[in-house]
Amino acid sequence: MTLLLIVAGAAVGAPLRYLADRAVQARYDTVFPWGTLLVNVLGSLLLGFLAAVPAGDGVMALAGVGFCGALTTYSTFGYETVRLLEEGARFHVVANVAISVLAGLGAAYCGLALAQVFT
Amino acid sequence: MTDRPIDPDVDLHVPAQRAEPQRPVLAAIAAGGALGALARHGVQTALPAGPADFPWATFWVNVSGCLLIGVLMVVITEIRPAHRLVRPFLGVGVLGGYTTFSTYAVDVQRLIAARAPLTGLLYLAGTLAAAVTAVATGMWLTRRIARVGAR
Repeated sequence: MTLLLIVAGAAVGAPLRYLADRAVQARYDTVFPWGTLLVNVLGSLLLGFLAAVPAGDGVMALAGVGFCGALTTYSTFGYETVRLLEEGARFHVVANVAISVLAGLGAAYCGLALAQVFT
Repeated sequence: MTDRPIDPDVDLHVPAQRAEPQRPVLAAIAAGGALGALARHGVQTALPAGPADFPWATFWVNVSGCLLIGVLMVVITEIRPAHRLVRPFLGVGVLGGYTTFSTYAVDVQRLIAARAPLTGLLYLAGTLAAAVTAVATGMWLTRRIARVGAR
């Protein structure tokens, strides 16, 4: 059952990352990976919330391990960082790493704060 | 800027990706994402970590996924063009679903809450350094092997 919930969550989360990325790029034409940053921050916010509630095993498998896990990505973030380095966009590299880490962690704490308000 | 993508998920600067047919691409991503998430869950179940322990499972998942995305992207953008569903399935789906940023962020938060801030900082910086090194290594190795093979 847990595995099915993970599959269901991930089958929604991964395509949503692609769609969000497309939507962001269609609106803002820059090389800075705003789309990836957006999904990583939103996923960290939701997982921070779920972990603090704390959500039950089923909800955690579906929304946490499946959805948030597949919505967010480290491989895309890592590849973008290296590609920006290759292109010599040093400012973008530093900004991407610093903003992603700080915003991701900040979002997890916002999720925690939200959970404390609602429970 | 070259015509190679910066964003491996989708890069609208690449004309072929701008015109990607959405339905088969989304299906491939969903299937790949499910497989990747199951693989991540498998590693996390095999290597459980206590509240104050260094989260090795997530660390290795993210680092190995980064190595593989480096290999994959060099193969399909520099060595030989792949079928149009290969990047969506393997890159966006499997590797995107396998690796995770949300668990990384919440792991750091959990370590701080468990009064292991030093482990948290080590994990935060260590994952970052190892992941970027892994991507670069995957790309470098693949280019090298391709060059040797072409000789």
